[in-house]
Amino acid sequence: MQVERSIAAAPPLVVARGLGKSYGGQRVVDGVDLMVHEGECFGLLGPNGAGKTTTLRMLLGLTPPDAGELRVLGEPIPARARRAREQIGVVPQFDSLDPDFTVRENLVTYASYFGLRGPGLAPRIAELLAFANLEGREDTAIAALSGGMKRRLTLARALINRPRLVVLDEPTTGLDPQARHYIWQRLRELRDGGTTLILTTHYMEEAERLCDRLVILDAGHILACDTPRALINAHIEPHVVELIGTTGGDAPPPELSALPGVRLHRAGDLVLLYTAAPRLLLERLDAAGQRYLHRPANLEDVFLKLTGHELRD
Amino acid sequence: MIVLPRPSLRCLAVWQRNLRVWRKILLPSALGNFGEPVLYLLAFGYGFGELVGDLGQLPYVAFLASGIVCSSTLFTASFEAMYSAFTRMANQQTWNSMLNAPLMVDDIVLGEVLWAATKGLLNSSAILIVAAAMGLVADWRALLALPVLGLAGFAFAACAMVVTAYARSFDFFLYFFTLGLTPMLLTGGVFFPREQFPEWVQQAAFLLPLPHVVELVRPLLTGGSLHGPGLHLAVILGYAVAGLLISTALVRRRMLC
Repeated sequence: MQVERSIAAAPPLVVARGLGKSYGGQRVVDGVDLMVHEGECFGLLGPNGAGKTTTLRMLLGLTPPDAGELRVLGEPIPARARRAREQIGVVPQFDSLDPDFTVRENLVTYASYFGLRGPGLAPRIAELLAFANLEGREDTAIAALSGGMKRRLTLARALINRPRLVVLDEPTTGLDPQARHYIWQRLRELRDGGTTLILTTHYMEEAERLCDRLVILDAGHILACDTPRALINAHIEPHVVELIGTTGGDAPPPELSALPGVRLHRAGDLVLLYTAAPRLLLERLDAAGQRYLHRPANLEDVFLKLTGHELRD
Repeated sequence: MIVLPRPSLRCLAVWQRNLRVWRKILLPSALGNFGEPVLYLLAFGYGFGELVGDLGQLPYVAFLASGIVCSSTLFTASFEAMYSAFTRMANQQTWNSMLNAPLMVDDIVLGEVLWAATKGLLNSSAILIVAAAMGLVADWRALLALPVLGLAGFAFAACAMVVTAYARSFDFFLYFFTLGLTPMLLTGGVFFPREQFPEWVQQAAFLLPLPHVVELVRPLLTGGSLHGPGLHLAVILGYAVAGLLISTALVRRRMLC
């Protein structure tokens, strides 16, 4: 509800209409419309090759779209990308910390790209080191940092200019659970402080925990756009039963698929049963001694339903 | 299609970033860039100079010193704009993180070329000081060689940046070295007078920037008289401008796609 109010109050931070991009005749982004509002965490979900990174690059003015219109922070992109990037922080997918520098030198140097220097910089850097839990590591070389520390430093670096908008490309890919939770916590703090976040991910849990709204992107198209809860309600029955220990070759248990209100889906050796009223189904499974997992529907179910189960490269 | 570069003063942040790294690795960097030409100067100047004797009124070692000042600018600036810039562009993602900040490709290319020119100038200045200490520099006019060397470093770096913009790996630079820089070095009058070559080679060599740099720097260092400095400066400036325009366009195409 909070989100609804802010929509009316402030003009959107990102407005994209009909964005398109082709590489060698292949349409990578095709007619993407986006509207991101101040203060929300907005997710771009999609399998590999869905066009997430290309879309982010377009927002930053690094990939010129060959169709559509784009405004970020009120600036037309890519024409005035420099002005927009003054107020954006970027956490790239791949580590781009400067290996020639220590932790502090990385922050000082990155600040200089924004024209930030002078007496205000040292306190800001101290603040960011505390935020990233890197106090005492000011003089550590980048090569000596763990993956989690590097990612935290990358996040700190992205905040050096106190950005209104932070763009994160797969912010927790490759991190251990502790490091991931730390980043999530920091991102929630940022959002609560009024910073707008746009992130790509293919971790459904991440999207569900962090994002106020998200789009599901596949083959350059937007398949759905809403809050995680609304997407789940709109696309998936509330109960999911996963059958464990069945094999792909087996025919689906006929008595189960014949149950009223049960939708059966097979993905390899996994059988998923979706239903609004699970009682009868569970009784049958218990009677048959079948091992199963009963859980509420989640974003991953929506994602797999909309984008399919085939492997993506 | 070339859209004119529109760099901003932010390019100085790129320059300063490179300076900051260079200060950290000053010793090995200085050894390679400065120590090597000085060793050549000493060894060839004295070893070879005995055999060659004087060239006109110039002792060979003085002739060679003024040449090596020029070639060290060439190699330092070219190396920096190729191997080091390529590392920052392709391996270290340095340029990508600059592009995530409010820097544009135009700032990055100009900043890198300015830095490579600076490094070339620092290096040739150091050699100039050694040459002066060895009594191989005639008078104060040698100071006028510094701006020439700075411009020359810019031109060499800008041309090298064109190659960097095309390069897919470090191996690619060998083409430029073997087919471009080495012939230019050998015909440029660094080690021996260009007049030793047939006329057509001399003419062809004059299409390249290095002989023009040597024609300006050698008289300034050895107390000779300058011949047609305007033309020489124009050629060097032409390479500098063309190199910057073309490399900016190519790097834009490469990075912004």
